[in-house]
Amino acid sequence: MKLIFERSKEGRNLSILPSCDVPVYTPEMPLREKKLHLPQMSENELSRHYTELAKQTHGVNDGFYPLGSCTMKYNPKVNESAAALPGFAKVHPLQPEETVQGCLEVLKTAEEELCEITGMDGMTFQPAAGAHGEYTGLLLIKAYFEKRGETNRKKIIVPDSAHGTNPASAVMAGFTIVNIPSAPDGCVDLEKLREAVGEDTAGLMLTNPNTLGLFDKNILEITEIVHEAGGLCYYDGANLNAVMGQVRPGDMGFDVIHLNLHKTFSTPHGGGGPGSGPVGCKEILKEFLPGIRIVEKDGVLSTEKAENSIGSVKEFYGNFLVVVKALTYILVLGKEGIPEASLNAVLNANYMMKKLEDLYDMPYPGICMHEFVMSLEKMKHEKGVSAMDIAKSLLDYGIHPPTMYFPLIVHEALMIEPTETESKETLDEAIAVFREIYERAVKDPQDVQNSPKKTPIGRPDEVQAARKPVLRYEF
Amino acid sequence: MKHPEELKYSKSHEWVKEEGDAAYIGITDFAQDALGDLVFVNLPEVGDKVEVGEPFADVESVKAVSDVYSPVTGVVLEINEELLDSPEKINEEPYEAWFIKVGEISEQEEYLTAEEYEEHANSEEI
Repeated sequence: MKLIFERSKEGRNLSILPSCDVPVYTPEMPLREKKLHLPQMSENELSRHYTELAKQTHGVNDGFYPLGSCTMKYNPKVNESAAALPGFAKVHPLQPEETVQGCLEVLKTAEEELCEITGMDGMTFQPAAGAHGEYTGLLLIKAYFEKRGETNRKKIIVPDSAHGTNPASAVMAGFTIVNIPSAPDGCVDLEKLREAVGEDTAGLMLTNPNTLGLFDKNILEITEIVHEAGGLCYYDGANLNAVMGQVRPGDMGFDVIHLNLHKTFSTPHGGGGPGSGPVGCKEILKEFLPGIRIVEKDGVLSTEKAENSIGSVKEFYGNFLVVVKALTYILVLGKEGIPEASLNAVLNANYMMKKLEDLYDMPYPGICMHEFVMSLEKMKHEKGVSAMDIAKSLLDYGIHPPTMYFPLIVHEALMIEPTETESKETLDEAIAVFREIYERAVKDPQDVQNSPKKTPIGRPDEVQAARKPVLRYEF
Repeated sequence: MKHPEELKYSKSHEWVKEEGDAAYIGITDFAQDALGDLVFVNLPEVGDKVEVGEPFADVESVKAVSDVYSPVTGVVLEINEELLDSPEKINEEPYEAWFIKVGEISEQEEYLTAEEYEEHANSEEI
């Protein structure tokens, strides 16, 4: 399809914008040397352009989206209704506090609810997404040790099944990484962890359940080993959907966590964002929290800064309307609904895994949590059909591919997370598709290698795109 | 998969070509095939120290970023700057596309011969 700039016609514009009621200020010295290149078109052309773009994508509204570790659950429309209320949507962050008491109450209630779910004592909503939350959490750990004068604590321990963002965030925050291998059962190797901790340990970053979809049964021992060495424990909340309402990171021994509201708490992501990656912490780290804290006095809410705040990691309150959506979700589900959601997420993943394990190799068989990983290594070796080929083939059936080639410790990995919001019928259809593709791959490998055939674009040249990216339109 | 007889190999899939007191280091055909098409490579700087078993470079494919481990301890004398702009050379000619030239070698791991490496690489596949 054409780019929006290719559709542009000089002089064509939208006709129905209201006139501007703010005085126009033009600086004496224009800041821009050239006139801004904006596409010029009528409203219906613009509308058609975006509809055409939308038709080329695949979202949760189009079909099954089992993208592992991304928790692509359905986002209830009631969240959007709440976030669209003018009292939330049409406010300014610099408005006097007495005029936005409702908004402050949302932040305060969301903090209380999420602290209850995670076992934390305080939370900031400033971070804009997961990795931003990781970075913020690590800055809290850093501030904690700096205040205690333990500046020798520079090492963050990360297991090899971790999300790549964990070591990246730690390096950005000024730490060095100690990578520890997983034990054969896919969980943290306790011996290796004991060898890794010491006087220079700042902390451990862990996702539990981990990226193999396994709950680490030694979690209490793991956090104890780190605490005994004087370090802190960071919980990556990417996989909280498997355990929310069942077990709390705070009770597992974690001191600081981030959540992905755009995963676990049903706010849109993957192009539909923005995200929100709140960071929760135990009492010992609360004094360092960034941004504002909300305090209540005589029934009136106001804001203040934490005593030894690390500063701000984003403007004002973070992505506030995302918090409104997440709080709506929590209040709609309630005390009964939250644990039911995680139970069904785990049930759905196990159902799919059991129905596929006679065909597909499951490197970590048994009971999984909210997601499972299969390996196409044997298929690749015997038939030349890779995890990528299977993933591409799914597109022809209207299914978004699972996460590919992750976690790194499984070769030719496909990582599937069905989430709790899919019906048994949808799961059965997807299972039938996976089985059909497998059989096609055995009978006619080339056919699968050549898929997809029904999508607007077959196989984009990812290598060329990475090596020589074209990131701007040349006028 | 053919691995040149005159080279020496490490278990972590690097090759070593000894030349006088120095050694050229690259990654094997097996390694480039497993990684897939490479899109970026990070190399150390001339003068950097490298250590046996420690990463000295990383390579990025469309699948993942992976460390490249040094089979020797020494000092980087030269780097193959051509790879920075054309990482595809590693896929095209893995045994020509050396990463670094190392001198002042004080330690080296127990190398495998081409034949031993062939066996080792096969055992990594199923």
